[in-house]
Amino acid sequence: MSKFRKKKKGIPAVNTAALPDIVFMLLFFFMVTTTMRETNLVIENPRLPSATEIKKLEDKSLVSTIYVGKSKDPNRDGVGYNKIQLNDKISTAEQVPAFIFSKRDKLAEAMHPFMTTSIKADKESNVGTIIDIRLKLRDVNALKINYSSTAPAN
Amino acid sequence: MARRENPEINAGSMADIAFLLLIFFLVTTTMNVDSGVSKKLSEKPPADYVPPVIKEKNIFEVNINRNNELLVEGERMEIKDIKDAAVKFIDNGGGIGKPGEDGSPGKACDYCQGERSDSSSDHPNKAIISVQSDRGTGYGTYIEVQNELLRAYSELRNRLSKQRYGITFDELEESFKDAKKSSEGLNQVDALRKKVEAIKTAYPQIISDAEPTS
Repeated sequence: MSKFRKKKKGIPAVNTAALPDIVFMLLFFFMVTTTMRETNLVIENPRLPSATEIKKLEDKSLVSTIYVGKSKDPNRDGVGYNKIQLNDKISTAEQVPAFIFSKRDKLAEAMHPFMTTSIKADKESNVGTIIDIRLKLRDVNALKINYSSTAPAN
Repeated sequence: MARRENPEINAGSMADIAFLLLIFFLVTTTMNVDSGVSKKLSEKPPADYVPPVIKEKNIFEVNINRNNELLVEGERMEIKDIKDAAVKFIDNGGGIGKPGEDGSPGKACDYCQGERSDSSSDHPNKAIISVQSDRGTGYGTYIEVQNELLRAYSELRNRLSKQRYGITFDELEESFKDAKKSSEGLNQVDALRKKVEAIKTAYPQIISDAEPTS
């Protein structure tokens, strides 16, 4: 038996060094294009109305969102499409000013006029609920609002 | 001596870590782009505020009832027709406009292409669209109506902008935004801002929400 006989090799391992690169690429893509989820929806995901004259909301830190729609837990919150969600829980229109103030506290005074309230309401909601919210917003001088809607499908 | 091969670094666990991070980001983030119909609310009027008297013909009344039916200027209408009706009303130009802020007398609308009828609005800056809805009106219908009214305004603005500057108002606003961002566009910013303002004052969006019926 020769001392220098070639060692018998098995099947060489597949080189997976490029795999992390690909996954990292995907990771960075997601990190850049997405934003952090801020609230847990306690209402069902609202089916937004569609409109053509829409504007993009530019600065996310200046936007406070009010959701209106049907509760996921009708036993606790009752039925109907007119439930208002502020900060992770079902609220009433009376709590809107406090909600706006808490958002304002986090921002410099100079930015207050640029704050926008985005109302994400379900198509089936009633205008009455929206108007209640709007009157409360007017009381606290949160005058910029945005009725969240989707672009038409075509 | 036999040449020793460079041992490969095992990168298998790196992929696992990257996958873990990737899945974390997939779960905790959202991708939706927030967009919608923007509106500016009017300020709260003081307690002793007396609303100014507005001539009936300068108000375009839109009523939406609880069955999502439309009543426009006292007549039933379908949503698809409301845009043209609004355009006709805003662009009528039957009289003179509001006096300027410096006290100069109001001018007739020299860019309007409407019928100049005596029973419709005097001037685009006097034309008020009043939307009255019921508390029970569906939000979807309400937004649709608002959208149609905004479309009426953008149609008029686009037309005027095309006539004056050769490009639509959307393009004009777009180039204004671009000029603000880029460094070489800075010398154009003022000229573009003037153009945008001119179009906006020619056709100001005056859409008011009347108190709802219940």
